[in-house]
Amino acid sequence: MDNDKPNKDLFVPVDTRQDDSEKISRPSLSFWQDSFIRLRKNVGAMIGLVVLIILIVMAAIGPSLNEYDQFEQDLSRAKMPPKVENMGWLGMDGTLSTVQTNESLEQAETNALMRFNNDEDHIETTVLNDGSNGEPAEVEAVYDIYAAKDMEGQNFWFGTDGLGRDLFTRAWEGTRISLYIAFLAAAIDMVIGVAYGGISAYYGGRVDNVMQRIIEILVGIPNLVVVILMILILEPGIISITIALTITGWISMARIVRGQILKLKNQEFVLASRTLGAPDGRILRKHLIPNVLSLIIINTMFTIPTAIFFEAFLSFIGLGLPTPLASLGTLVEDGFQSLQIYPHILLFPAIIISLIMIAFNMLADGLRDAFDPKMRE
Amino acid sequence: MARYITQRLVYLVITMFLIATFTFFLMKFLPGTPLSAADRLSEEQQAIVLAKYGLDDPVPVQYFNYMVNLVQGDLGISFQFDNREVTTIILDRIGPSLQIGFQAMIVGTILGMLLGLVSAIYHNGFLDYGSTFTAVLGQSIPSFVFAGILQYFVGVKLGWFPVALWGTWEHTVMPTISLAIFPLAIAARFMRTEMLEVMGSDYITTARAKGVNKFGVVFKHGVRNALIPLVTVLGPLAIGLMTGTLVIENIFAVPGIGEQFVKSINTNDFPIIMGTTLFFAFFFILIVLVIDLLYGVIDPRIRLAEGE
Amino acid sequence: MDNLLEVKNMHVSFDTYGGEVQAVRGVNFSVKKGETLAIVGESGSGKSVTTKALMKLIPMPPGRIKEGEILFEGRDLAKLSEKEMQKIRGKDISMIFQDPMTSLNPTMKVGNQIMEGLIKHQKMNKAQAKKRVMELLELVGIPDAESRIKQYPHQFSGGMRQRVVVAIALACNPKLLIADEPTTALDVTIQAQIIELMKDIQKKTDSATIFITHDLGVVANVADRVAVMYAGKIVEIGTVDDIFYNPKHPYTWGLLGSMPSLDSEDAELYAIPGSPPDLLNPPKGDAFAPRNEFAMQIDKEQDPPLFKVSDTHYAATWLLHEHAPDIDPPEAIKKRVAGMATSSNSEKGDRL
Repeated sequence: MDNDKPNKDLFVPVDTRQDDSEKISRPSLSFWQDSFIRLRKNVGAMIGLVVLIILIVMAAIGPSLNEYDQFEQDLSRAKMPPKVENMGWLGMDGTLSTVQTNESLEQAETNALMRFNNDEDHIETTVLNDGSNGEPAEVEAVYDIYAAKDMEGQNFWFGTDGLGRDLFTRAWEGTRISLYIAFLAAAIDMVIGVAYGGISAYYGGRVDNVMQRIIEILVGIPNLVVVILMILILEPGIISITIALTITGWISMARIVRGQILKLKNQEFVLASRTLGAPDGRILRKHLIPNVLSLIIINTMFTIPTAIFFEAFLSFIGLGLPTPLASLGTLVEDGFQSLQIYPHILLFPAIIISLIMIAFNMLADGLRDAFDPKMRE
Repeated sequence: MARYITQRLVYLVITMFLIATFTFFLMKFLPGTPLSAADRLSEEQQAIVLAKYGLDDPVPVQYFNYMVNLVQGDLGISFQFDNREVTTIILDRIGPSLQIGFQAMIVGTILGMLLGLVSAIYHNGFLDYGSTFTAVLGQSIPSFVFAGILQYFVGVKLGWFPVALWGTWEHTVMPTISLAIFPLAIAARFMRTEMLEVMGSDYITTARAKGVNKFGVVFKHGVRNALIPLVTVLGPLAIGLMTGTLVIENIFAVPGIGEQFVKSINTNDFPIIMGTTLFFAFFFILIVLVIDLLYGVIDPRIRLAEGE
Repeated sequence: MDNLLEVKNMHVSFDTYGGEVQAVRGVNFSVKKGETLAIVGESGSGKSVTTKALMKLIPMPPGRIKEGEILFEGRDLAKLSEKEMQKIRGKDISMIFQDPMTSLNPTMKVGNQIMEGLIKHQKMNKAQAKKRVMELLELVGIPDAESRIKQYPHQFSGGMRQRVVVAIALACNPKLLIADEPTTALDVTIQAQIIELMKDIQKKTDSATIFITHDLGVVANVADRVAVMYAGKIVEIGTVDDIFYNPKHPYTWGLLGSMPSLDSEDAELYAIPGSPPDLLNPPKGDAFAPRNEFAMQIDKEQDPPLFKVSDTHYAATWLLHEHAPDIDPPEAIKKRVAGMATSSNSEKGDRL
């Protein structure tokens, strides 16, 4: 060990007292900076954010990306399958196909042709199994419906619905409306909830007591019941759906805000700050708001997908937006009408609504982790 | 404990009363009467129909009668189905709803717990990411979308299970799976969080310091402590299931209460809507109560605090 | 070979997102049969991690024993598999934890928690185990054992729970007992009871003990030898007398100086300035140098080795090097050390 023979000159005292013993060795980050850094490291949350941004951009510009209008009906082009140029490998080649099974090969072929009105010019049949191995014969028929209807110049990227409306335009219009309802409902929930919870916690005493009893009774009423009853009297529409969603939606926010403020009010760091003579404004700004705000953000992020789900749910049970307005819910509901033969009508709105829900949930999870002081290192 | 139960029951009665009143007056404001085909009826005929439903009385009298009948379990007569009592209709249709509801609850929570457990044991491993992602999907994808996928691929394309309707147990498979996805996801996420927290607690270290093997640590010491808080989410899950039955029963044409409810909304059959709503509300509140009591029973800390 | 446990150059690290935290950076010590070794140091000095690593109870990952040997009766624990460790934990080495409020399973009856180790290691049946549990409860001073074993931890007070934790640790007559700040979370009066219990048990059993604490008063009371830890290293090790009456390391001076005692003349306590280093990026040279008023140039460049003071006493400070200037501890600390001698002598006198 060379430690045994150190240089004599090194044994001179040095003054360390003023040095760096009190130096803070890591950069100090504010609450928001620190949370943001952790959010950025969360892969799931970032994917969610990117997906959301893409969906929001598409909701904004999507409807004007092609020449079709969302209300433009044309029964002659009803239920066209999706077709995108050069995207045939995705199955979006504008054809319908069927597989017919029958004891005899001829019958199976006839059935396959019948399925598409015997329009033999545009049907290609393939024999999958000629029945010689003892099993029933199978014939697949592929029908180029765009050619059959002489619409080869047109492309309906997501296909058309039962009234011949372009689903691409309608899907993004629907996304727009669904997001609009969800954001509006979440914003209203937030305002009412924060105000109610804040007032309840701030005034305390009898005011708090009365306000909490009211909440206890409201919580006992299942929100599903309230939402349905509200829609029944209000008549379906964007505003009435939003109101129905917010009528019980604010309660959880109010409880969270109240709980957090009550907790913070009595915590040592707030007491300490008050003892040191910090004015109310400073306590509010420096201690209460940052701590409550993160909870408000997280809760709102979870409210939005719930609102989107409920809007779709209402459409599904016949309490959704009136026709011809499109929302993701009404589109999905429409899709179910012809699911067995034309699954594409359901497919695209179902994918979009699922992506929105997944993206919001992942982002909200990421935010919750990022804001959680326990996750800090 | 007895005092607590009494207090909860009083709350239950108050809530039910409020909901019933609220529902009654809402219905009075609603457009639509049993005279949906009113144009074709003469005035006398209309009067007879109104009298039949007690709609010719002043509103307070109607309210009083409604409440008296309600206490006796009489929810009125359907507008749609002549002379059928709402109570009978609900009782006729409760079976399928309860069956798929219970099946979904059991399948969902048990599988969810296992998934969450696997996640926690292999924390930050491949299995953890896999099951966490599965849970996010299950929590996010709306049950009706999932039901649609299932119906099309498993029902129509593969033909493994009947596409819709009711009868054999095969008919219950797809509705049950569609309903079970949400509780599965929630139970998995909750179990994972709880289990991770429990596994990080001091008494787990104590158990390991005793030389208990991994299996014993996880199952004897960990799972039990993680399961207790899981009971608290069972209530919201059961309620979520009821929301689910409204759409799932429709998609798969299950002759349950949810399907009837949606049908009645589309035909403005208010006695059924009102009756079913009250029934749902009662069921919700009862479930929450039962689960709160259950929590008291399985957690020794609460159980003994009450007993002492 | 009378060393029950011999730890050689043990390094323990935790891999975090921020990088490798070197919690323990080369620790050497040994424990003889029946002996009590106290490990003292500030929070974060690595004393808890050291002992948890002995039993391999640190979470792995992120933790890992980077290098070094843990020789227990000649076997290197660092190389044993988890399965083999399970046979040693609770039987040969057992542990008493800091917080009795959280270290017992809230949903398991107290009797079952004590019995668990007995059934596993000594292959007892339920009845035998129960008999042994009653003996243990009597040993740790819990009356009414018959009804107590059927109760849950929340029905016990803090002090009683810590007695249960002690009973769990003692269940299989371990050869080595590790007590990780067993009194820190307790009320002062209860602390004294638990310390008395620990001493009593030392008399009745022949277990060796490693006693972790930051309370030097407790050390003087229970230990035979003392190791002082700072920033993941042992900076001074010796008998209780060595450390209390002849401390050599400036950090030990600081620790002794910051300990309040009733009979010291001047009421002023000595405070060590600054705070311990960040073990994510351990400083070059002596980790204590920035807080050391006697620091020399060499402290900033090289880590001091352990210098031998006597056969039992070692300290890691360049002040002990032959080239170093003679430095006496500050007057205040000398006085306090002297005061300590009288006070602990009188305490010993009381007990005799």
